[in-house]
Amino acid sequence: MTTSVNRFVLDPTNERRASTMERVGRPTSLKGLTVGLLDISKARGDVFIDRLEERLSEMGADVKRYKKPTFTKPAPVDLRHEISVNCQVVIEALAD
Amino acid sequence: MNRPTLPDGLVIVVKRECATCVMVVPVIEELINGPLPITVYVQDDPTFPESLARSHDADLSVSWHYDIETVPTVIRVKDGVEVDRTVGWVRDEWLKITGLSSLGVELPDFRPGCGSLSVDPDLVDELRVRFGVSALAARRVEVADAEDEFEAMFDRGWTDGLPVVPPTEQRVMRMLTGTTRQPTDVVAIVPPDLVEITVEKVAINAVMAGCKPEYLPWVIAALEAVCNDTFNIHGVLATTMPVGPVIVCNGPGTRAIGMNSGMNVFGQGNRANLTIGRAVQLIIRNVGGGRPGEVDRATHGNPGKLSFCFAEDELGTPWTTLSESRGISRTADAVTVFPGEGPRCVVDQLARDPESLTNTFAACLRTLHNPKSVLAFDAIVVMGPEHARVYADAGWDRDRVLSEIHARLQIPGSELIRGANGIAEGVPTHLSGMTLPKFRPGGLLLVHAGGGAGLFSAIIGGWANGDIGSQPVTREVRA
Repeated sequence: MTTSVNRFVLDPTNERRASTMERVGRPTSLKGLTVGLLDISKARGDVFIDRLEERLSEMGADVKRYKKPTFTKPAPVDLRHEISVNCQVVIEALAD
Repeated sequence: MNRPTLPDGLVIVVKRECATCVMVVPVIEELINGPLPITVYVQDDPTFPESLARSHDADLSVSWHYDIETVPTVIRVKDGVEVDRTVGWVRDEWLKITGLSSLGVELPDFRPGCGSLSVDPDLVDELRVRFGVSALAARRVEVADAEDEFEAMFDRGWTDGLPVVPPTEQRVMRMLTGTTRQPTDVVAIVPPDLVEITVEKVAINAVMAGCKPEYLPWVIAALEAVCNDTFNIHGVLATTMPVGPVIVCNGPGTRAIGMNSGMNVFGQGNRANLTIGRAVQLIIRNVGGGRPGEVDRATHGNPGKLSFCFAEDELGTPWTTLSESRGISRTADAVTVFPGEGPRCVVDQLARDPESLTNTFAACLRTLHNPKSVLAFDAIVVMGPEHARVYADAGWDRDRVLSEIHARLQIPGSELIRGANGIAEGVPTHLSGMTLPKFRPGGLLLVHAGGGAGLFSAIIGGWANGDIGSQPVTREVRA
């Protein structure tokens, strides 16, 4: 009996199954679409995003800028929601 | 399993292996003729006592549920409720519980009983599972007969790269005896997956880490201390920098559980130091879902990410302790968590006066992360006893030591700006005219620890500090 009990262990994980979500279809053109640019507040990320904004605007996209309060923490839920309702496309920039 | 009901009258639990039980058989025979109904339970040999009707407590259910620690035990039951009990053979006690005026006149007045089978160390873990299993909610994972149980832990991705103790129900139930908290209590919400963790899941991972039950409250306190927005374990995990949670333990409990605060304090060889820190990191991995190469993006990491946990040398310190300086009573147990890299050594074997020694600390601390980096990172100074004595002899207290170090780390902006000293790294050039401190106020923590020989100390460098990153957190340890 002891042996069989010892062949069972208790699951140390969170026992959650990863949820899967369908990706939005890739747009054929950015023209007329709203593109969110999320700055994670890491040093010089703004340099990269400034340039992206220029290029995207040239392509006819409507660009909106967003910024996380700090790069060390996840984006606040309100910010994520705001981006999701305002934008069709989002680019999150990581820089160092 | 339900608690069995005891019949009214006298219930007597015995085992043949116990000489006192054998001795009292004639007494029980006397009781059969008395006014109270007698029920005898025998733990080991179902034929004992041959002269009496008895029930075999084969699965020890009666003994377990009625907390029999010694045999013989006599329980008086009235209307299904225990009203009195005595253990061993004490004639006066037996007279009182039976209401008789004479019993066992041939016997000595007193003889101690023997240990009950239900508290036999070889059986107790199994019994705890048998009778208490419904308390545990975790999924049972079967390990195949042909599978090596240690390899099975690796195969399932549950380890930190070292073998773990397989968390069987017996081991987890035993671990849970280390806390008064219920297995279902939620301890924290663990990043990065933001999952609620129960005491039970903490215990499972503590078993795997190699903890003893008495370490469990420390693991729980450390977990509570890191899993919040102030300490920000999410960022500490995810960062490319080589940091992990450093756990500094204070209080008399550190000595009770045998933590090391002395020789080789950061090193190998002490179970409590190594397994408490390890349990916290296993929880971040297994429950939080934080794994190297996934959310953990460390460029180099450091060996302390397996476990970096130690106690302050409180008996030897000339100062207040770290937790005292952070508002906790010296008689209380506490953990302070700090996002730290590996320790580095500060060598000064010649300083005999505090000014000279402070100059060394300042010079060494100046180089932390980059000699031109200021205000961004905190640090712990772990003062070795031989260095601390220099300060103690001069009458410098904790605040004086720290303020003198701070005073020596006020740096002209011209030395720190980008490009200065041929180093591109630095602060923006408009700060050139300012004087900037290496550390923010409160950004240096002071701990007394290490072996008694060696004019050395250690520095543990931190990570992005303040609201943007991580703040040290101190939390009391509760049973």
